[in-house]
Amino acid sequence: MKLELRGVTKRFGTFTANDAIDLTVEPGEIHALLGENGAGKSTLMNTIYGLYQPDEGQILLDGRPVSFHGPGDAVAAGIGMVHQHFMLVPVFTVTESVMLGYEPTKRAGLIDFQTARRRVQEISARFGFDVDPDAYIEDLPVGAQQRVEIIKALSRDAEVLILDEPTAVLTPQETDELISIMRQLKESGTSIVFITHKLREVRAIADTITVIRRGKVVGQATPESTETELASMMVGREVSLTSEKTPAEPGEDALQVENLTVLDAAGKVMLDDVSLSVRHGEILAVAGVDGNGQTELAEAILGTREPAAGRITLDGEDWSDLSVKQRLNSGLGFVPEDRSTDGVVAGFSITENFVLDMYDQPPYSNGTAMKPAVMRAAAEEQTSRFDVRLGTVDDPISTLSGGNQQKVVLARELSRDLKLLVASQPTRGLDVGSIEFVHRTIIEERDKGTGCMIISTELDEVLNLADRIAVMYRGRIVGIVEAGTSRDVLGLMMAGVPAAEAEVQAAQHHTVLGEADEAAEGESDLA
Amino acid sequence: MSEKTTTSQTPEDPSGALQEAEGRLHHALRELGQSNWLISALAVVVALAVGAVLILAANPQVQATLGYFFARPTDFFATSFQVLRDAYSALFRGAVFDWNATTLQRSVRPLTETMVNAVPLILAGLGIAIGFRSGMLNIGGQGQIILGASFAGFIGYSFGLPLGAHMLLALAGGLLGGAIWGGIAGVLKARTGANEVIVTIMLNNIAIFLLAWLLRQQWFTQTGSAQPQTAAVEDTARLFSLLGGSFRLHAGILVAVLATIFVWWLMERSTLGFEFRAIGENPEAARTAGVSVVKATALVLIIGGALCGLGGAAHLLGTEYRLTAGIAGTIGFDAITVALLGRSRPLGTFLAGLLFGGLKAGGVLMQAQTGTPIDIVLVLQSVIVLLIAAPPLVRAIFFLPRPDGKPRRLRARTAGSGSAGDDDGEQPTKDTTAASQAGGSSR
Repeated sequence: MKLELRGVTKRFGTFTANDAIDLTVEPGEIHALLGENGAGKSTLMNTIYGLYQPDEGQILLDGRPVSFHGPGDAVAAGIGMVHQHFMLVPVFTVTESVMLGYEPTKRAGLIDFQTARRRVQEISARFGFDVDPDAYIEDLPVGAQQRVEIIKALSRDAEVLILDEPTAVLTPQETDELISIMRQLKESGTSIVFITHKLREVRAIADTITVIRRGKVVGQATPESTETELASMMVGREVSLTSEKTPAEPGEDALQVENLTVLDAAGKVMLDDVSLSVRHGEILAVAGVDGNGQTELAEAILGTREPAAGRITLDGEDWSDLSVKQRLNSGLGFVPEDRSTDGVVAGFSITENFVLDMYDQPPYSNGTAMKPAVMRAAAEEQTSRFDVRLGTVDDPISTLSGGNQQKVVLARELSRDLKLLVASQPTRGLDVGSIEFVHRTIIEERDKGTGCMIISTELDEVLNLADRIAVMYRGRIVGIVEAGTSRDVLGLMMAGVPAAEAEVQAAQHHTVLGEADEAAEGESDLA
Repeated sequence: MSEKTTTSQTPEDPSGALQEAEGRLHHALRELGQSNWLISALAVVVALAVGAVLILAANPQVQATLGYFFARPTDFFATSFQVLRDAYSALFRGAVFDWNATTLQRSVRPLTETMVNAVPLILAGLGIAIGFRSGMLNIGGQGQIILGASFAGFIGYSFGLPLGAHMLLALAGGLLGGAIWGGIAGVLKARTGANEVIVTIMLNNIAIFLLAWLLRQQWFTQTGSAQPQTAAVEDTARLFSLLGGSFRLHAGILVAVLATIFVWWLMERSTLGFEFRAIGENPEAARTAGVSVVKATALVLIIGGALCGLGGAAHLLGTEYRLTAGIAGTIGFDAITVALLGRSRPLGTFLAGLLFGGLKAGGVLMQAQTGTPIDIVLVLQSVIVLLIAAPPLVRAIFFLPRPDGKPRRLRARTAGSGSAGDDDGEQPTKDTTAASQAGGSSR
């Protein structure tokens, strides 16, 4: 099916999220929609999917104008969408999830499980999805859950499939499987709209690339364009994708984690006998797919999670009995993984958020009363140093974009004298320009002699920042490897393959993205 | 970018649903705290309008004119106008300034009566407001007031102390009594995660029966009277009169003003208040920032309870003098309304306390002079609570724009998505799409 947008405009109040967007997706084409966070990609897709009504413009399917009053209409017209956050019920089976809302019925309105089950098997077999229709969603790995979402869309006869940031939660190997699925679908005539901000994937997969910036289409590109070209289009200026950094000059161990074991409330092992160390003046990156114990590791270091066993020391000082506040005051900088729940207080002003973990320390207070003028001046100075775009520092922090909120968090943590910086997903949700800035700041902090631990699920970030890389899988450290390790090896380690074996396997099979890495290196060598 | 997927939540965690419900409660509390002054003012206006309808409905003259409404509708309107004017002007004269009174003293007396009524409401309202700002719903004002009044009273009539010192000690006793009662709930919540709403409600009942028992103990009542009441507090312990014998106005209003200033300083300027507000807005972020959530949670209810206890003490030492079973009246519950109407801000609570004190004082005159039942006042208060709790309703009545400037229809769709999630421009958040998808697929 051919999907065409003509001058689609969507406004929220005075904010124009999509401004006169023209887009044509040919049948059997993989069309990548590339843009930064907040560029308006998701809004556009939600408009196509019927979640929003466009204020102006038209959507055409096979040349016929259509208007959707809800996702139901869009699904009926043959549009399917796989959201970034899966819309699945954890306690349902695959079959139940797929038929939810479109249950085939027998006489007397009884649900016809057999038909539904057969349908799942049929689609699964046709594309080699290898999904058990009777498996429970919660037991499936993330990659398989995503395939269930795709089956769901296909079972409703989707001819245009929208994938919203589909690779965000996948390992490179899982991404590889997704890519082959996408290619199969394409061959069977399904059009695919693929939303992403990852340049490497776009070049590896897409037939056509449309770049949007600030709600407008800024241009078309082909997979032959270089990453730098794409990035410049996306950001609107020249950007450097890799940060310049000198080799680390590591000193003594700053943080030492020994045999750390952490259980969750139900007694499940979340962190299993983890030992690692971070030296002064180096960046240790902790890589791994989300939910493999990284959160627990960071929280145990901060002290919000009580370890069941093991020891954490900073510069030789045992931290076991210290409170969170004592740890922060003895030189720990902490950037939490989830900014909105752990990093900022949405209703507080920028100033108040800036002092959130220093409010009772001099010079911001004398212990009892706070000093608003001092707080305000410091907040103004630091936010301008970190280039936070804001009205005044008295505005609620919720008026800032996610990227600017993150900069406030970083300004707060880096404005103190640190011995150790623990940053989880420091650039999650940030635009390319801000990512560049944050990475530079972290490297500067490293060069001051601070030990840095960067926990990231983005391999690009890990490869860009790390002096050493620790890979986590199911609460264990799979291995700690040197900075130059290839994406393929890291990807296999993220799936639990030990380092040595990963080397061997990676040599036998290159992933699409791994090949893209090599190609990119070739390009930069030429340049 | 990758975030936690909806499906990655561990299913073994049975407390998920409860946590979600708690989260929603906190969200609602935050909304309440942020509803703006205009909403508060308009809520009062709507309440007066609803009150007007009820006054008319209950008035026999108006009912009579309705009987021949189609013959002479002007009669109905004229009578209605007169009845309403009489009722509300009596309410005003009883609460603020009586221009029909013969002497100046009598003219200004209503305002002082309003203040007398307002003192315990303001003090207890401040205690409740601290809880609201900190994300805690303290329903235990009643019990904390009873305990505060009991402690203050016992000190007031069983000791002989010099003037001034006796009064201060009695007031301190009130603070202590309330703090203990609030503290029980606070410590239970902080240590065990007990729900403060349930604990404080239960403590109200315990306080009522504790007082009933105390009033039958000779050692406590210090009087031979068979009535369930105590001796009157000594003159030295009473809150002194401010304007002389013909007015009931006492130093409690000064205590209320000082407490209002103190609460402002506590919440806006002290590090402790910063912790309180942080755990109220986002306990996770507070914990991550090193705030001891356990300590702060306990302290919120201890300090809130102390203020309620002070309210009870001021009521006893300034107005009642004798402890009886009904000492707390409905102050503890009215205080919740006062805190809500005052948007949990110190000044707002002070003004709302005055308004409620005025309604009570004016209601008496209204009933005496126009025969309008004083229960109308209760209706006014209830309607105010209802409207404060539902800002969208007030906005709909007055055609006000939504506070976030988003069109009504869209917002209805995205209801439930936190405002924090919207600011990346990547709309909608996952709640939205889930809800809408479910809606869509049911077609």
